[in-house]
Amino acid sequence: MDLSLSTRTESGPGGDRTVVVVGGEIDVYTAPKLREQLIDLVSSGQYHLVVDMEGVEFLDSTGLGVLVGGLKRVRAHEGSLRLVCTQERILKIFRITGLTKVFPIHSSVEEAVAATD
Amino acid sequence: MALVELLLSPLPSHVRTARLVAVAAARRAGLEDELVDELRLALGEACSRAVGLHARHASGTPVQVTVNDTPGGLVVQVRDQGPAAGPLTDDLTTGLLEDPSVDGAGPEGASDSAGRAFQDVERLLDTLVDPDVALAVVTGLVDDVDVEHGPGGTVVTMRWPLPPGASGPGSTSVAAS
Repeated sequence: MDLSLSTRTESGPGGDRTVVVVGGEIDVYTAPKLREQLIDLVSSGQYHLVVDMEGVEFLDSTGLGVLVGGLKRVRAHEGSLRLVCTQERILKIFRITGLTKVFPIHSSVEEAVAATD
Repeated sequence: MALVELLLSPLPSHVRTARLVAVAAARRAGLEDELVDELRLALGEACSRAVGLHARHASGTPVQVTVNDTPGGLVVQVRDQGPAAGPLTDDLTTGLLEDPSVDGAGPEGASDSAGRAFQDVERLLDTLVDPDVALAVVTGLVDDVDVEHGPGGTVVTMRWPLPPGASGPGSTSVAAS
């Protein structure tokens, strides 16, 4: 399955959050689309992102690289990038690369939007 | 013994093709579901790395992938003809994960402690996006893996155990371009 992307805005206690809903496979072929989406959001001034990965079927290190790139961009604007993921096989790659220490990972969009730390 | 062999032009879209074929061959050989997930990720990483190397250094030369159902288990090999770089070296300066446009994007005017914390994260991120991180993921993920760097390129060999009596006869060859 190819990559699908959609965005919406939700209001939380810390202000508006842009929720990016990602579905399908994030790999060396599809990762550039996600990268463009994240760049576009930051360029248009949206610095607090929640990436909903519940619909992601496959993620490799190329996809991780794009998420890390997104994190660097929002941090440069004092922003945040939170992930929503409960799928064990996707979480596994965050664990083996040590990225669970870098990304706040939430079990629901509601929880991620409500987070303010 | 049953063999599936793939020759991939170095195109990112073919990495997915390789994953799909290898997973189908592994399932047919009887590999357990949990190990099929591991194979999908490891094979994808090895192919992304090889395709990236070929795209940069070996023009249109195909990457070779074999899935071999042997009495000793399932043997998956990814063979590239890229430069012989060891794992986690910085020879591959134009890595797929590099993003020069965000260099130097640190927060200006941040307090000292915030600045240090930011640099710590930056160092961690720089480590992660090493161009050969794909190989690091493969070696971290797969218990039985060999990486041989030779003058003609690199061969990544991954092995997974098969349940007794799981393998079937047959041989297939596929070329994607």
